[in-house]
Formats: sequence, structure tokens, C-alpha cells
Amino acid sequence: MLRFVPALTIILMIGPVCAGLIGTILPAFGYLPALGGNRFSVGPWQDLLAQPGLGISMRLSLVNGLAATLISLGVVVLFCAAWQGTRIFSVMQRLLSPILSVPHAAAAFGLAFLIAPSGWIVRAIAPLGGWDRPPDIVTLQDPLGMALIVGLVVKEIPFLLLMTLAALPQADADRTRKIALTLGYGRVVGWLKTVLPRLYPQIRLPVLAVLAYSTSVVDVAMILGPTTPAPLAVRILGWLSDPDLSHRFLASAGAVLQLLLVLFAIGIWFIGERLMAHWGCRWAQNGARGRGDDPIRTLAAGAAIVSALAVFLGLAGLLVWSVAGYWAFPEFLPRSFSLRLWMREYHTLGAALMTTLLIAGLSVLVAICLVLGCLENETRRSYRPGAGALVLIYVPLLMPQISFMFGLQVFFTGLGLERSLMSVVVAHLIFVLPYVFLSLADPFRALDPRYGQTALCLGASPMRVFWSVRLPLLTRAVLTAFAVGIAVSVGQYLPTLLIGAGRFATVTTEAVALASGGDRRMIGIYGILQMILPFAGFAVSLLIPVFLFRHRRGMGTQNRI
Amino acid sequence: MSSKSDHDTAAGSDGDTNVSNIGLELRQIIVRLDGRVLVDIDLGIAPGEIVTLMGPSGSGKSSLLAHICGTLPAGFEVSGQVMLKGKPLDGLAPQDRHVGILFQDDLLFPHLSVGGNLAFALPPEIRGRAARRRCIDAALESAGLGGFSDRDPATLSGGQRARVALMRVLLSEPCVLLLDEPFSKLDAELRDQIRTFVFDQARARGLPTLMVTHDPDDGAAAGGRIVRLA
Repeated sequence: MLRFVPALTIILMIGPVCAGLIGTILPAFGYLPALGGNRFSVGPWQDLLAQPGLGISMRLSLVNGLAATLISLGVVVLFCAAWQGTRIFSVMQRLLSPILSVPHAAAAFGLAFLIAPSGWIVRAIAPLGGWDRPPDIVTLQDPLGMALIVGLVVKEIPFLLLMTLAALPQADADRTRKIALTLGYGRVVGWLKTVLPRLYPQIRLPVLAVLAYSTSVVDVAMILGPTTPAPLAVRILGWLSDPDLSHRFLASAGAVLQLLLVLFAIGIWFIGERLMAHWGCRWAQNGARGRGDDPIRTLAAGAAIVSALAVFLGLAGLLVWSVAGYWAFPEFLPRSFSLRLWMREYHTLGAALMTTLLIAGLSVLVAICLVLGCLENETRRSYRPGAGALVLIYVPLLMPQISFMFGLQVFFTGLGLERSLMSVVVAHLIFVLPYVFLSLADPFRALDPRYGQTALCLGASPMRVFWSVRLPLLTRAVLTAFAVGIAVSVGQYLPTLLIGAGRFATVTTEAVALASGGDRRMIGIYGILQMILPFAGFAVSLLIPVFLFRHRRGMGTQNRI
Repeated sequence: MSSKSDHDTAAGSDGDTNVSNIGLELRQIIVRLDGRVLVDIDLGIAPGEIVTLMGPSGSGKSSLLAHICGTLPAGFEVSGQVMLKGKPLDGLAPQDRHVGILFQDDLLFPHLSVGGNLAFALPPEIRGRAARRRCIDAALESAGLGGFSDRDPATLSGGQRARVALMRVLLSEPCVLLLDEPFSKLDAELRDQIRTFVFDQARARGLPTLMVTHDPDDGAAAGGRIVRLA
């Protein structure tokens, strides 16, 4: 029974991606019998290439994706190089971790409230400038997509930092760093020359996931990105939502183009890696010590702090707007506060929250069971999957969502499962599974195998060893994985929208739908709602072990993540 | 995991004279990893006898113990036969072997109380809350830990934890006791005390005992045969 779990997990994770890709590629070449496309043609591609501004959309996606990845990786690498092993490092680590659970859309709205021409930053400096009207500058949805890049960077920094932290011990970073210091190297240069080459291969897949995501993001781009024209992925969604069903063919061709664009971006990244490796090898051997690195260290800390601050202030902005009464420019705070909108929308909000919780709860529950099954199976067989398995886990994170979600919708329709709770849960599972696996695998594998051996030798069956020894010892890790899964599911926009076909209004689909409207109070409310479930998840995952093991001091140090 | 023995005919006749068919017998055991021979041993241990196995680290002592337990990871090749009370252990699941093992860490389950750890080991045939509780309290009493049942293992001293770990193994009614450098993490003073306690208990229960160690004092204290691995 247990040995079929890994296969089932892979089928549930990779199967929908493959089915979705096929369901996208066929219509891209004119084949979709349900809409009358019975023979193959290049018509959709001709339509696509005839779209005005297609080149600009493609350029925006490509440049934004590469820039956002490069900047966030740069900040994380410099910050680690400059501050690893210091107090500031552990403080920043604690500051950035909660940001990981903030849905992308909520962070993007918060940032928008901060940097808009009538946002908090301008309001703060308005008295100095003597402005009584928002200045006539474009800070949001700027044609170059700078706001979009910033929005992506502030969310990807915590992700990459967390991945780097997990990889540091494997790269033997602490001792390597100290050796470089004793050889007279400055902190930053020593780290870059010795630790980075061993670290980068470990964080390569997460970096590529960030690149693929940034190149094809939809929700953040709808909030912060340019509109005339929008990045490619946003335009594809527009074509998919067009009442004229024949636009589905055009959209499918666009989705395939988006996939090619992501592959192209990854190709460029690979070339960049090669060049950096070549140049870096020579640089590492030139003996330059780089001792005077204080300015770089300050810069690195500054960038990390500003990025964290941007998210936190943004979230505060959401909160203030959600309860704001009359609030004119350039006042720093509203004249009055009111819960009027919260009360008026009470039922809608509650319903959206319940729908979100239902989808998240189900998908995470399934994911946890499957992942525990996989890990227990590998423990019992003392089998350690190789690097190939890790790539499989990253497949859903490396594929642009928009490139297979429409195809998956077509596939589910073919099965008669369109717009069902089950199909939405399956769609969420594609993304929840990898994150739950990544979060649970390390602590599970790090558990001292002798606990299991001891229990077996005491006469306990493998089943009993799992339920009464391994699982209790991993309580903390399982609950953390649960919280991670909840945060991932809550943040999903496209899968809910396309697979649910509008039937499932979650806090995230509702929030993003408000993006074009500009009702700041409602946006504030939905932004806060988006954060409630992930934060509650993490709070519960911290509190339950404290309560359960209040008389078990050994559980505090044991299997800490 | 273990291949069929090629040495069945040889083992019985010219084995060590100490070999008793009611103790533990390791018949021509050869443990290989990637073709390299880690352990090559032929040994019999009588009930109540304590045999010390010495060898440098990396000589595969722990692999041999894991093989006897049935928890040796895949990848090792083993030939030969493990017999307990005249019956082969090979092919049995670890939980069905009645092989007790103590590691250098006590490995008390941190999520259970002291009594909970002992109850985990106590066979299910002892039924009823009160009866099980009596067994546990008696075991704790005999280890000089009366009244410790509800304690958190993390609040115990190293010596107390070591004694609880031994009582946990003994309550599971093993037919053989394996010791994997069990005293190496205790400080010198405590070591003698715990060593005596473990050896006395093993002898009193007539358990064939195999101890691997690289501390010569352990072997001297056990007072039994000392086998050296290359």
C-alpha cells in the first residue's frame, strides 16, 4: 500500500501539468472539438502575431522576470555574504520569514498603497514639498514595469533567503567563511569567493522557480504592472476571459508562447551562470582581498531592511485603508475610522473566507498525507531519492501556470469535472504538494534513525513506530508544513479562477478582481483577509506544540526546524 | 538482505566449544559494502555471557549489530546465519526478533514520560492499566528510580536516563542484549556505576550479551571474552 504512495504523489503533481500542457498545445494549433476546432491549423498563431503590442508584452515579461530574479538573488547573496553569523542576520531572518506567508497579491496591494502618487510615501513628504494634490508622476503600472519588478523582488527575497538558509549548512558555509577570514579576506569578498560557489548549486532550482514565476506572473502584474500593453501572461488571461469563445485558440497560442518565453529566460540565465562561473573562477584566484567592504555591507543590510519594511508598511496601509473613514490627500492618517464596510460586507467576507479555508484545508490535508507516505516509505526502505526526484518536485514551480491551467480546465471539462470542488482542490494540490514536500522532507530525513530502530527492537510494528514515535517527534515540522501549505493555497489566483470558472470566490480571486476598480477600502479589507488564514496557520503551528509538549522539555530542542 | 549461508555444514561441527544452541550464534557472518568486507565473524554467546567486540571505528561493528537487529539498510550484502535459541533470525522482521539494543545515546522518546517510554516497551500481553502500571513501577524501583514514572525524561540526569533506557529494553523481554558503545557518553564516575548495573541485569536475566566498544575498560569490566575485529 505504502509503496504506491510516491507514484500516486508524482501522478497528482505532474499528471495535471502534462494534461494541461497537452490541453493547451492542441488548441494552439486549432484543435479543440468542443469549440468547433476539428483540424490543425496555424490560424491561432497568425491571430496572436497580429495582436498589437505583442512584442512589448513579450519584452516586459522577459525583462521583468530576469530583472526581478537578478535583483532578489543579488540582495540575498550580498546580504548573506555581508552578515552571515551576526545578530543582524538572525534578526532579519526572523523579520523576513513571516513575509513568506503573505500572499503575493496582498503584498502587491500593500506596496501599491505605499508607492502610489497618493500613497503613504508621498503623503509623508507632501508637507515638505507643499503639495496639496497628488503629484502628477507615474509610480504604479508604469510602462517599464518598474513597480512590478519591485513588487516581485520584495516577495522573492524572503523565499530565496529561506532557501539559502537551508542550504548553508550543506555548503559548510560557516567554516569555509571563517577560513577565508583568517586568510585575510574581507567578509563579503571572502564569502563570495569561497561559499557562493558551493552554495549556488543548492539554491539553483529555487532561483529558476523564481525566474519562471516572475516571467509569467499574473496577479501581481494585474496590480502593479503596466496595462498598455500588459505583460504577456496578463493579456493571455484577458483573451481566456473574453466572451467570444473563439479567443480561446488565440489564448492557447499565447500560453504556448509564454512557455517558450520562460524557457528562453531560463536559457539566458544558464548562459549568465556559465559566464559568471568562468569569470568568478578567475576572480577567486586573483588574490584580491576586498577588505574595505563596509559600504557594501551597509548597502546589503539597507536593501534587505527596506524590502522587509516595504511589505510591513504596505500591510499596515491595507489595514488602515480597510477601516478608513474620510481620508483626503495629503493627510497622513484618515480623519475617522469606521468598521462600516466590514459590517456591510460581513456575509460576503465570511463566505469568501470559508471557501478559501475549505479549498486550502482539503488540499493541504491530502498533501500532508501523501508527503508523509512518501517519506515514511523511503525511511522503511532505507532508500534516498536522487537529484532527479528533486527536479520532479520543482516541475510545477518551473512551469508557467497560465501555460497549463487553461489546458487543465479543458481536460477537467472532458471528464465532466469542470467547476467542481474536487478539480479546484486537485489544481491547488499541484502547487501545495511541492512546498509541503520541501518543508517536511528535511526535518523528516534529519530525524535520528535510531529512534525508529530502537522502537522496532522493542517490539513495535512499523505502523506503530510511525504513529507513536516518528509522527509525534515531527509534530512541529508537520504543523509548519501545514501552515506553509495553507499559505500556498490561499495565495493561488489562476488555478482557482480558471479551474473553478468563477464558482469559487476565494479571498484572493476577490481581491485581485478589485485591482482594476480602485476601491481602496475594499482592497484593504480583502488584503487583510488574505493574510488572516496564513498568519492563523503559522500561529497555530507555533502554539500547538507549545501546548502539547508543555511538560516535555526535550521536545523543544528535538527536531527543531 | 542476507543471502543463504554457504557455511551450514562447517558451522556446527568445528565451532567454538562455548557455542551453545540456546544462546546467540553468529555463524560465519560476513558483512560487505560495495564488495569490501566490513565484518567477518563466527561467534557463539551463551546465556548470561558478555562478549566484547573491539575494533577501530569504521570497522563495521555497528553494521553487525544492525544486521542482528534486522535494521541494516539496503546496500549491505550479508552472508552467514544469525541463530537465537537455535532458531534462525534471518528473514524475521525486527519487531519479531526479541533483540534488545542500547546505543551510546539513551534515545528516550522525548514526547513520552518516563513511564510512557517504559509502557511503549511493555508487551501488550500484560493487560489492564493497573497491571501495566505495576510492572513499570517495579522496573523503576529496581533501577533505583521509584516514583519517576510521570517525570519528563528531559529533566533526568545522564545516569538516570541511561538506567531508564536499560529498563525499557529489559521490559520488552528480549532474548539477547546488544550494546553499541553504551557507556561512551557518560562521564568516568558514572560509567563504572552504569556499567555494573547493565552487566548485573544482563547476567541476572541470563541474556547472551554482545557489546561493541573501543574502550578497553569496557571489555575489562565485562570480564568475558574479548574479540578483536581487524
